[in-house]
Amino acid sequence: MMKYAVEVDGLVVHRGRNDVLRSISTTVPTGAIVGLLGPSGSGKTTLMRALVGAQRITAGTATVLGLPAGHPRLRSRIGYVSQSPSVYDDLTTRQNLAYFGRVVGAPSRDVDRVLDEVDLRPQQHDLVRDLSGGQQNRVSLGAALLGSPELLVLDEPTVGLDPLLRRDLWTLFRSIASQGTTLVVSSHVMDEAQRCDRILLLRDGTLLADVTPAELLERTGTADADDAFLALVGAAA
Amino acid sequence: MNPRLTLATAGRVLAQIRHDPRTIGLLVLVPSLLLGLMAWIFTDTAVFDVVGPALLALFPFITMFLVTSITMLQERRSGTLERLMALPLGRFDLILGYTLAFGALAVVQALVAVGFAVQVCGLDVAGDPWLLVVVALVDALLGTTLGLMASAFARSEFQVVQFLPALVFPQVLLGGIFVPRDRMPDVLHAISDWLPLSHAIEALQAVSSATDGTGTVVRETVIVAAFAVAFVVLGAVTLRRSTR
Ligand SMILES: Nc1ncnc2c1ncn2[C@@H]1O[C@H](COP(=O)(O)OP(=O)(O)OP(=O)(O)O)[C@@H](O)[C@H]1O
Ligand SMILES: [Mg+2]
Repeated sequence: MMKYAVEVDGLVVHRGRNDVLRSISTTVPTGAIVGLLGPSGSGKTTLMRALVGAQRITAGTATVLGLPAGHPRLRSRIGYVSQSPSVYDDLTTRQNLAYFGRVVGAPSRDVDRVLDEVDLRPQQHDLVRDLSGGQQNRVSLGAALLGSPELLVLDEPTVGLDPLLRRDLWTLFRSIASQGTTLVVSSHVMDEAQRCDRILLLRDGTLLADVTPAELLERTGTADADDAFLALVGAAA
Repeated sequence: MNPRLTLATAGRVLAQIRHDPRTIGLLVLVPSLLLGLMAWIFTDTAVFDVVGPALLALFPFITMFLVTSITMLQERRSGTLERLMALPLGRFDLILGYTLAFGALAVVQALVAVGFAVQVCGLDVAGDPWLLVVVALVDALLGTTLGLMASAFARSEFQVVQFLPALVFPQVLLGGIFVPRDRMPDVLHAISDWLPLSHAIEALQAVSSATDGTGTVVRETVIVAAFAVAFVVLGAVTLRRSTR
């Protein structure tokens, strides 16, 4: 097995006249959960889109599961959840999962497994447009879990969820990771950072910190992640 | 390209449309209602027998163009396209899946519209009415594939609607409905030769009139189908897996 699921070296992304990512270098160990944190507009989504091949890279390299990001052979090995739910709102939950399952070539029983994992079995026959925002997010997340990909790239998967559901999802993420899957998860919620194996803190397209949660608190001399975030992001400003 | 994924996509698109009765109504009933209205307007004149076949090309073409371009645009805007492009789905699987799904609807549309025009409105058809169905189907596919391609160049539903006056109306005006194309000024006639709808209309007129043989029908239908294939290819190659 590869040591690193993701290796990024000197990654630069320009979008229009914006320097969105300015030379990012980091690695993500296989089987780890890595949290991507940073203020709004810091480049989290752009970095994740670069990893799944949806964002053209200006300079530097991004190697994913041993192949250059965007390589066709990666398409069946990565699960990606974009920031806004990307599912068909005029299909039912089950129809959405069935279609995406067919696209990734997952066995049809995968739909039932995923329905339970994202806790949407009661809503399986409801049209997605009739679901709540948090439920729609979970349909989108469920679609990425089909076919058990080796790398999950999740852009703010827990937005709009209550603390109980958030806890359940993080338990799910942990159990997925324990089977050797690597997760890159962005979030605005600092207590979620504590649940990650490593934290990448982005600001203005640069990497401010690449640490474990304990190191983050130690380095900033703060008691909780919120304060650590403020200390680091504020100090760099 | 993978037939399994093409079919899965077609099935998904049809499932989406099944949840949208209005779209089904627009595609299946509206062309017939408009044909009926035209027949009524021109009661007791010979006009309907002249323009009827052209309208049989026009209404399916326009309704299919509208529905497919907006459906495809929603796919782009909802983020599902970005998701699909990160998955092992070929660009042709997607575009052909859409074409198949709307093609299936076009079969129903053509049957209903031709049946209504001939049985209810009393459209005089010299040729085989089934040939009329086939040609109307190919014309609807032309609208479908043009819509799929056009959506690549639109950023909003509003911009799609702007394509009607820009892309569709000129084809209608030059298509030979108002003035037969060979009586137009030379320049306009030459331009109209390059517009797919002109050939679609000509094919239907050839089926309906006694003078033209099947040769014209086949030639014009092949031209229309060639345009449709070109639009499928353009629609697929304009899909991008990554953005700048
Ligand atoms: N299409 C675009 N063209 C030009 N610049 C863009 C485009 N999309 C995003 N940007 C810029 O890229 C920067 C980073 O955006 P990104 O979406 O990666 O941020 P983010 O960290 O995910 O923010 P949030 O937490 O709000 O989701 C922003 O400053 C934004 O202005
Ligand atoms: Mg973002």
